Amino acid sequence: MVIGEGKPIKDILFMIENYSKIILAGCRGCVTVCSAGGEKEVGILASALRLARQNEGKEIEIKEVSLERQCDPEYLEEIRSFVDEYEAILSIACGAGVQFLAETYKKTPIYPGINTNFIGVTQEQGVWTERCQSCGNCKLHLTGGICPITRCAKSLLNGPCGGSSDGKCEVNPETDCGWQMIYDRLKELGKLDQMEVIIPINDWTTSRDGGPRKIVREDLKL
Amino acid sequence: MRLSYPTNIKIIKLPCTGKIDVLYLLKAFENGADGVYVAGCMEGDCHYLTGNLRARKRVEYAKKILDEVGIGGERLAMYNMSAAQGPRFVEVANEMTERIKELGPSPIKRKSTVKGSK
Amino acid sequence: MTSDSRLEKILEKGEFAVTSECGPPRGADPEVIKKKGELIKEAVDAINVTDNQTSVVRMSSFSSCVLLKQMGINPVLQMVTRDRNRIAIQSDILGAAALGINNILCLSGDHQKFGDQSTAKNVYDMDSIHLIQTVKQMRDEGKFLGGEELKGVPRFFIGAAANPFADPFESRVVRLAKKVAAGVQFIQTQCIFNLDRFSKWMEQVRDRGLHEKVHILGGVTPMKSVGMANYMKKMVPGMDVPDELIARIKGVDKEKRSEEGIKIAVETIQQLKEIEGVHGVHVMAIEWEEMVPRIAKEAGLLPRPQFE
Repeated sequence: MVIGEGKPIKDILFMIENYSKIILAGCRGCVTVCSAGGEKEVGILASALRLARQNEGKEIEIKEVSLERQCDPEYLEEIRSFVDEYEAILSIACGAGVQFLAETYKKTPIYPGINTNFIGVTQEQGVWTERCQSCGNCKLHLTGGICPITRCAKSLLNGPCGGSSDGKCEVNPETDCGWQMIYDRLKELGKLDQMEVIIPINDWTTSRDGGPRKIVREDLKL
Repeated sequence: MRLSYPTNIKIIKLPCTGKIDVLYLLKAFENGADGVYVAGCMEGDCHYLTGNLRARKRVEYAKKILDEVGIGGERLAMYNMSAAQGPRFVEVANEMTERIKELGPSPIKRKSTVKGSK
Repeated sequence: MTSDSRLEKILEKGEFAVTSECGPPRGADPEVIKKKGELIKEAVDAINVTDNQTSVVRMSSFSSCVLLKQMGINPVLQMVTRDRNRIAIQSDILGAAALGINNILCLSGDHQKFGDQSTAKNVYDMDSIHLIQTVKQMRDEGKFLGGEELKGVPRFFIGAAANPFADPFESRVVRLAKKVAAGVQFIQTQCIFNLDRFSKWMEQVRDRGLHEKVHILGGVTPMKSVGMANYMKKMVPGMDVPDELIARIKGVDKEKRSEEGIKIAVETIQQLKEIEGVHGVHVMAIEWEEMVPRIAKEAGLLPRPQFE
């Protein structure tokens, strides 16, 4: 899922300082699961913002909503009937959701309440870690199911650099070396010969480097 | 024991401090509390094993938010005590009351009233 | 011969090669690199110039190499893939060749986190093995990575690094084999303080016959002090400094410790000369370049062979 993390409240207060009536829009998708932008976080953030504004003596009215998903057009319609009654929308969906709201409600200013960090997993309750950089050219079949582009700090494709030490990355002693993990996994699978194969220089056109990406499925279009 | 404690304290009962939510704590301040404290069981004595430990973490998180919004995290506290410690309950009630008296009323009560909607 | 490199000539003749390195200055003064070059030029066959090592911004390796070249020194252009994409890399390769640089050391580079620009974005469009392939393709096939023909082919002696002391140990020789398959001609290793582990790695190298396909130059660094030894042991990832070595330096009087460091470096070189497949040494005297001639002399490596 997409993993996000709340922005500092002071940054949010600065963004909305000139508004007295806003919509705070959460999303029931990924950011609910990673406790960054779901209904619960809407409640907490709204309460915190009200307290801060009361403290400043500048009242604010916050309409708390949580959309089914902010990345699908039909759910964005959930706020259409009342959006014009508010001065701005503070969205705590991922960056895609924030932008999609902005495209949909062109006259209403949209502000992001969270930072969108990565595509990852729930490592354990309260801990999320990155797994995928959506490069658009999956190589997991070559590397024992562990992504070198994401898990190696240098995105090296051909083995561990000289800074791999006791299974850890030179960049951060708490980070596992991606290539040590790949090596261990290939060994486990009896496929160490895969380490000997040179993975060729990457084609980044499928990654962000090729510009904003688009997928069209004619069979699904209406 | 029939011990008395300050009358300014309003008790909200929960089945376990593990039921505490950050939002409850913030709402208490929104609704005009000058201070809030959570009284949980002794650490290691939670009937649900770790409810009080989780409560403490949530209290810490809420304190951080209260600092960020200018209310002040020092207005929120967590205490551990057992059901058999009546005098301790009174002591904590007095201690917290004293602390809040020193801090004065919640800053938001000196400002305007607010509207909210859901 | 694939290039006009003096280093290549020495190694092809079967001589035991000596290289060293200079770190460029953190400023625009050309005299700093010239002075370092002057100090060591008689004692070595080629001098590496580091490319913003540890991600600290310095004068470019490229221009520093040109300064050394003008002094009659055979420079080794170190190039990291951290800061350049394939467009900049191929462009710099052509430029370096045009200015008479004929050795290149292909590296991935230290992560920017370690440097003075830790908020930078890294590039890593390719890794060090791809860089070896790129130089080789441009030289041997006369083609850019995109497949178009080059007008004027860069003739480089292609090098890379190897670290027998990083983990996982069994993968280190595999990585060397990949570099050899990619077309590398010489290897300079990480500083060798643990000769046992280096010897074990060389055994694996010989088992695969790699020592006949690539010239391996053992990395040697003299320790100036106990502090330096401890720093390298604890702070530099992928560096193997045995406790016995630190104890040996500690064992002599404080004012004699740098002497002991030199002695250890000389002994290391003498032992490396005996290892089958080691074709030279790469002496990295970090901010202590003036010691390189002395180490080379005491290790019996002087005078260096001269060519017409």
